[in-house]
Amino acid sequence: MAITSDDVRHLAELSNLSVTEEEIEPLKKDLGAIVEYISQLDELNTEGVEPTYQCFEMENVWREDEITEFEAKRKDLLNLAPESTDNQIKVPKVL
Amino acid sequence: MKIADKDTKAVDLVRAALEKAHEFEDYHCFISMNEARALEKAREIDEKIARGEKVGKLAGVPFALKDNYLSREGVTTAAAKMLDNFPSPITATAVAKLEEEGAIMIGRANMDAYAHGSSTENSYFGPTLNAADRERVAGGSSGGSAVAVALKIVPFALGSDTGGSIRQPASFNGVYGIKPTYGAVSRYGVVAMASSTDTMGCFATTAEDVDLVMKIIAGRDEKDSTTLDDYWTQELGEIEAPKKKIGLIRDCLGEGTDKEVIKATRDYAQKLEAAGYEVEDIEMPILKYGLAIYYIVQPAEVASNLSRYDGVRYGFRSNDANDLAEVYSKSRDEGFMAENKRRILIGNFVLSSGFFDAYYLKAQKARTLLILAYNEQFVKYDALLCPVAPSPAFKLGEKTGDPLKMYLEDVMSVPPSMAGLPALAVPAGKTEANLPIGVQLIGQRRSDQLLLKIAKDVEEIQ
Repeated sequence: MAITSDDVRHLAELSNLSVTEEEIEPLKKDLGAIVEYISQLDELNTEGVEPTYQCFEMENVWREDEITEFEAKRKDLLNLAPESTDNQIKVPKVL
Repeated sequence: MKIADKDTKAVDLVRAALEKAHEFEDYHCFISMNEARALEKAREIDEKIARGEKVGKLAGVPFALKDNYLSREGVTTAAAKMLDNFPSPITATAVAKLEEEGAIMIGRANMDAYAHGSSTENSYFGPTLNAADRERVAGGSSGGSAVAVALKIVPFALGSDTGGSIRQPASFNGVYGIKPTYGAVSRYGVVAMASSTDTMGCFATTAEDVDLVMKIIAGRDEKDSTTLDDYWTQELGEIEAPKKKIGLIRDCLGEGTDKEVIKATRDYAQKLEAAGYEVEDIEMPILKYGLAIYYIVQPAEVASNLSRYDGVRYGFRSNDANDLAEVYSKSRDEGFMAENKRRILIGNFVLSSGFFDAYYLKAQKARTLLILAYNEQFVKYDALLCPVAPSPAFKLGEKTGDPLKMYLEDVMSVPPSMAGLPALAVPAGKTEANLPIGVQLIGQRRSDQLLLKIAKDVEEIQ
């Protein structure tokens, strides 16, 4: 299937990426080629086959819900934020 | 590899590595160096040895760390503008284990941003050059690690392999590179790419050295619930291949594969025979769908993993954002490289309603068929042999304009990744133009050490 400029805009919106108008044309071409390539899976008969989402032998791994020491300090984690104040991460106004 | 003791000083080992790193600076193996701290740690080890105290199995051994591993020493960038300056508050389990054994990280190795790429040309900090030919790519995404080992700056380096990111640069630079069984090594503290196929492995110049490093970093980690029990426990010398039979995957030796790569693979098969293994040609028609499966599942997981980069809690924030919505979308647009964005968009395409069944679900079903096809082969064979990549290292810039062409680089390396199998890249000679060629040995889950033993058997007849 062909990818249109509107498809690119829609996917960018879903991806929270504000792509510029100049980026749309090359993305349309590249994504179109990739989608065409991966579409060759259509040839493969997968009727009645169960999907594999992960390839290790375990199912759920359980642990007690206990508070344990974490190696990182609160101060270091807050320092990673582009902006913080009074022990809180700061962002521009929402509304 | 040389390990510090009474006669060999850790400081000398580290200093020699740092000097070599400077000598080969124009290859651009490293994003940042850890010089002062590395020397300080080496001195501590020498003092311990002088006092007669016990030191670790890798005392004073310098190593290069792919820059997607977190460590409290220095900053982690994942070669991305998005993480340009990230002073990690935690250390990856694999790194902590190596440091406990006395290994010393001398620098952060270059890579494709977020490990998206097969040439290290997608690094925000510029490409790494091939160790054998400076006009060619290092391979990727763990290009810096591979070249640092190939140039003998360090005896080993850590990398990560999601679809070939250790094996392909190992092949392009003529060193060993292992992608272990999925779950062998903890992923804790490594920047996530595609969580269902991300594996942590290493580069070295002999099978024994690979084994030595992997034995240390492998094992159960409660911080990564996908880790397997501690199975990496044998000595290579003790291992005996149960069937002494190898399957040579003929599907990888047809059209599209370089003639010299085909010859090197056939030559390696002959060496296996000389080492006492029977080699038979096999066919696995499902492999031709391997890349399509990978380029559905991997971008889907990438899109999901990269959604956490929103300019709020850590990483790059756009200066141009006026409200919260713009913080998200502009930080992501400016912080990600073109290849990161392509994968996010493709990932959200295959996951979006209307396309999910036709792409994502279909690929996960095809993945089951791929795993079954491998299992069938392992009834008869200890391991499977094929090239790592269809060609030796290509020219810088040759494939950057065409993402699909770059993806096709991974056509032989992704199938074992999708099945969670171990695969070992082994140096297998050079082209007439002196470019290294690598082959890979692929085994059943948990047969990593058997693959190393087979490679060692071949090493010994050479």
